[in-house]
Amino acid sequence: MSGEQQTDRRGFLADGARVVGVVSAGVLGGYLAGQRGQAEENRWQIDPDKCVGCGNCATHCVLDESAVKCVQCFDMCGFCNRCTGYYTLDGLDSRDTAAEDLLCPTEAIIRTFVEGKAGQNFYEYTIDTDACIGCAMCVKGCALMNGSLYLQVMHDRCVNCNECAIAVACPSDAFVNVSADKPYRLKRIALGVMRQKAGKSDTAAQKLLGQVHADE
Amino acid sequence: MSSRTLPSRTSNANNRRSNVAAFARRWIPGVYHALASVATSKLWITGVCHALASVATLTWVGDAMAAETPELMFPVPEFSDHPIPTATVPEVQGQIAPLLDVAILFAALCLASYFTLVSRSRRNVLLLTIASLLWFGFWRQGCVCPIGATQNVALAVFDPTYVVPLTVVAFFILPLVFTLFFGRTFCASVCPLGAMQELIAVRSVAVPRWLDHSLGLVAYIYLGAAVIFAATRTGFIICRYDPFIAFFRLGGNADMLIFGSCILLIGVFVGRPYCRYLCPYGAILRVLSCFSKWRLSIPPGTCINCQLCEDACPYGAIHPPTVAQTPAARRRGKRQFGFALLAAPFLVAGFWWLGTTLAVPLAQWHPESRLAEQVRLEELGVAETTTDASDAFRGSPRSVDDLYQSALTRRNDFVTLGGLLGAWTGLVIGFKLIYLSVRRRREDYQADRAGCVSCGRCYWYCPVEKVRLGLISDVSEALPDGRTPGGPLVQLTVGGKKP
Repeated sequence: MSGEQQTDRRGFLADGARVVGVVSAGVLGGYLAGQRGQAEENRWQIDPDKCVGCGNCATHCVLDESAVKCVQCFDMCGFCNRCTGYYTLDGLDSRDTAAEDLLCPTEAIIRTFVEGKAGQNFYEYTIDTDACIGCAMCVKGCALMNGSLYLQVMHDRCVNCNECAIAVACPSDAFVNVSADKPYRLKRIALGVMRQKAGKSDTAAQKLLGQVHADE
Repeated sequence: MSSRTLPSRTSNANNRRSNVAAFARRWIPGVYHALASVATSKLWITGVCHALASVATLTWVGDAMAAETPELMFPVPEFSDHPIPTATVPEVQGQIAPLLDVAILFAALCLASYFTLVSRSRRNVLLLTIASLLWFGFWRQGCVCPIGATQNVALAVFDPTYVVPLTVVAFFILPLVFTLFFGRTFCASVCPLGAMQELIAVRSVAVPRWLDHSLGLVAYIYLGAAVIFAATRTGFIICRYDPFIAFFRLGGNADMLIFGSCILLIGVFVGRPYCRYLCPYGAILRVLSCFSKWRLSIPPGTCINCQLCEDACPYGAIHPPTVAQTPAARRRGKRQFGFALLAAPFLVAGFWWLGTTLAVPLAQWHPESRLAEQVRLEELGVAETTTDASDAFRGSPRSVDDLYQSALTRRNDFVTLGGLLGAWTGLVIGFKLIYLSVRRRREDYQADRAGCVSCGRCYWYCPVEKVRLGLISDVSEALPDGRTPGGPLVQLTVGGKKP
């Protein structure tokens, strides 16, 4: 008799605990779901104004090929003949496209002649995203001049880890959480130009601005 | 470097300046060299060229552009028939519909519970284990997982600015609810980390009870630390020290691979070392599993007390029947229970105090605290070299005082948080002592409510189960030589010791 009573009491306690558990799980879920209604989910992104081009992005990403790639902001580019993001400092003189004179280790920067004007030749530098490994060599080189090259986490590749391995390794705290509907960043000084362009009904600029997170 | 004292500019500009300074150091070792160098220096040539270029281009650069980008060293040229292109960035691509992930988890949990509790099929459980390992582990690369989701939920609860994805919430809550009803069927055959260890537990040795109980506490402390670090955005340590993520992704850093390999190697001899002694989510499930509505029962009918299941369980989660206690043992048990109850508050207080003294090492987990310490050492002239982080800090507009202040505030926070972690540790130890001093009566072999992961290995060994399946006609056929149903039980378990 006493054994049965004990079983009953234990069963009652277990039932009670179960009900409490299920209810609290429900409350927690409801609370978090309600909280979620107020904002978008987060994604990782690099704040290009904070990035120092240390090179960790190329090596610390959990993907075999880093999700971080270089982006060329043409509206900040000087289209220089002697590009310090394209040539090594020794290569600047010869302007020889031999491998030892180029900064990019994977030939991911494509140099195309645009126009000759006032005795100057101007070249456009575009990034071959598939070849880029996010090493930031060009970013550091370009920082000597206009700083139009900058790194971004590419969200067609990024798997959005809980704790971004590059963010842990980033020396300048440049990895920030941005909302998933606007998961990219621009350098602060490029924002104004881009807005102006978008104002002149430039669809490409409007599209980019739609993807860019801007907190001022 | 002097950049700290200058008014705030972008780090980019500072970067540029510091690079130029590096050049100056490189190119101007002495007066003579300076002159010679300047004449041949690439920097000089580029400078002059660009100056010329600037003058040439300035005339046809749009005024608005120049006004908008005052910090550009070289203005953007305006070409006759070549508009300046706009940078493009790829769209966000989700790998898979989030709902599908949750649906698969739900289906896997239902199947796991069905196989363990209803169809009682170890073979199906094993197949599901392999399927889960392939899907959640190697295909989905171990992310999202409920173990890591604990941190997201903790962060979302303590920091309302963080938005937790609904998938993650579902991944955290679904296994909890299932455990409340069906026991740890999630651990058995859905969790990819558990699956990995389940498949390699081939030469398990029994872990001494005292060691098993002591190591089991580590998981709870780990849980407490993970919650504290996640809630303060110090780091997601569960993800950082995930044992098998490097295997799932077929790549990772050396620490991950070494840690994972060690767990695998130990796992051959000690069943599921991560699940039993480290897994923070397993720690929660252990508690909930004690209150589960239904749970795995070893024999489908009457237990014949043959002890085969206890020998077969690689996780030490099957307990033998108890024998009647002597009055002296009962008195001793009661005294132990009393002592455990008395000790619990002291344990909580003691560990709380211990935790508060650990504020400094705990705060060091935050990268900013480490940076502050490095900067402090540099300011004092003690540091021999600078780090990437301190160099980056010098290049940023942030002031040293601001950094120090932030680090000090964090340290003070960690006095409280360390105390809480300590109190939690004391509480866990106290509960364990109380739990161990409570005696439970068992008529037959039973799975431990907390420790059983519902893998169903015991089904393969239970003679009664074999009879049910029609594999043998009588239980005695399944017993090893010299063992009879119920026969050696009394001798075997007297004093809780095996011969």
